Amino acid sequence: MRSLPALYVQQFKTSLAVMLQYRASLIIWLISHLLEPLVYLVVWTAVSAAQGGSVGGYDAAGFAAYFIVLMLVNHVTYTWIMWEYEYRVRHGSLSFALLRPVHPIHADLADNLSSKIITLPLILAAAAVLAAIFRPSLHTPPWAAAAFVPAVLLAFAVRFLMEWTLALAAFWTTRVSALNRVYFVALLFLSGQMAPLSLLPPPIRLAATILPFRWTTSFPVELLLGKLGLEETLLGLGAQAAWILACVVLLRLVWRAGVRVFTAVGA
Amino acid sequence: MARSLQIENGSVNAYHRIVHETPAVRVRELRKIFTVSEREAGAAAALRDLLRRRVREVPAVDGVSFDLSPGEIVGFLGPNGAGKTTTLKMLSGLLHPTGGEVAVLGHVPSRREKDFLRQITLVMGQRAQLVWDIPAADSFELNRAIYGIPRADFRRTLEELVALLDLGPLLPKPVRTLSLGERMKCEIAAALLHRPRVVFLDEPTIGLDVTMQRRIRAFLTDYNRRVGATILLTSHYMADVEALCRRVLVIHHGKLLFDGELARLVQRFTAHKTIVVRLEDPEADLSPYGEVVSREDGAATLRVPRELTARVTGRLLADLAVVDLTVEDPPIEEVIERVFSEPRA
Repeated sequence: MRSLPALYVQQFKTSLAVMLQYRASLIIWLISHLLEPLVYLVVWTAVSAAQGGSVGGYDAAGFAAYFIVLMLVNHVTYTWIMWEYEYRVRHGSLSFALLRPVHPIHADLADNLSSKIITLPLILAAAAVLAAIFRPSLHTPPWAAAAFVPAVLLAFAVRFLMEWTLALAAFWTTRVSALNRVYFVALLFLSGQMAPLSLLPPPIRLAATILPFRWTTSFPVELLLGKLGLEETLLGLGAQAAWILACVVLLRLVWRAGVRVFTAVGA
Repeated sequence: MARSLQIENGSVNAYHRIVHETPAVRVRELRKIFTVSEREAGAAAALRDLLRRRVREVPAVDGVSFDLSPGEIVGFLGPNGAGKTTTLKMLSGLLHPTGGEVAVLGHVPSRREKDFLRQITLVMGQRAQLVWDIPAADSFELNRAIYGIPRADFRRTLEELVALLDLGPLLPKPVRTLSLGERMKCEIAAALLHRPRVVFLDEPTIGLDVTMQRRIRAFLTDYNRRVGATILLTSHYMADVEALCRRVLVIHHGKLLFDGELARLVQRFTAHKTIVVRLEDPEADLSPYGEVVSREDGAATLRVPRELTARVTGRLLADLAVVDLTVEDPPIEEVIERVFSEPRA
């Protein structure tokens, strides 16, 4: 464990070096991360205009605030691990990970954090440009702004642990991409990526709240938009902590079982 | 060397020399059985298969036992599919044995304890651990962090590796721009930065040209001497094995056919020797002395039963005007081929 901080530092340097090798793909990545919230933002602004200026408590400036904050939260919480694991299992790079005296999740976490830190200035600049164009309105009480920081970090932890655990499905099946598609459709609706959860029908809202999805993205966005009371906020932070605990336990169990399968069959 | 061997009815009784140290690697009755599902071609068969899957058990490693002493370099020979890689993977903890016992430096590999992983390495010739897009030097730094190698040790080891493998000009280049041989040298260096005490090499010279093969061989000998590491390597190139290993393990159909000195392998599996003789009269009849394999440039090659070698040589020298005569074992490749063509035990 002594060497973990050093590992994170070195992984940061490695990720930086890899990213700088592909400057063009960095631009493409930025555009894709901008485009999705932008599309929803334009659509919902049009809908609210058609509905007489407001839908479910969101006017044009409200939607602008929602999707710009969502873009920032999404930047902090998203992972790409589910697209990588099948390759790792099939092509043997997992074997190398298993030969190393460090749990492979550390390399993934370090890599994820590194790319986030490296791309943060880009996404902040993009948010500033969007804010200048769409003029969002934010009514955030100071306590909510303060609570936003732990909320977004916990949201990242929930999503990272959950998606890392789900990625381990690659140990059992070669059809991971089908599973991934189901997951990402659920994420799109239930985590508030497509629309604020408050605009969705109550059963979907309930599902989003019971399942981990709301806590991976929507919750910190709602918080910063000033939509949540103190009690709801504390409950939310508690729900995040509970999901993190559950995911850690699950991850350990699934990882152990997955490695057992992997080392029984070989790759 | 007091290691003697007898192979009877396909079973191996190896009387190992009495070693005072505990073995670096201890393998007893190691077995790995893979379950593969089978089905015939066609839709009807696919449907039947849905209802009842037919599986077949394939023993990849079938009751293998051996010890490796600390500091030994041992060659692991066998045709494709003999069970070499499967064994190496079980020794390095990537595969769970179906049966038997393995201990490497006193650890059970499949538990993958950190203390165990820190002391071993597995180099697989066709697989890459280096990060493709960045210079090898950066991947080395990453390994330094992963293995928690103190900086001073890291620098010293890296300097050694750079000198021995001539890596200097390669370090700053992105790995994807390196040639196969250059990349292999970097892979080996990356795998040895933490100075593992036990090294498993699976085809470390595959696809490399002769110069590069020779370089890697010299390097492995040197590494073995410096670190005192135990090395088990598989290779398709007998030159690797002849240059590096006094002792070889021969595995075929998952069973150990031979464990002992390379020289004894030749004795054990060849009933013949080759006599190359050059005569004053190149046309002289040699058929009474043995099977004439070839005659060219005035030299004739005879194949004679091993136990008759001395007698035939004496008769040749007495009967004919001999200019030059040499007695040789057949080439090692030929011996190995013969071992592998023997019917399954």
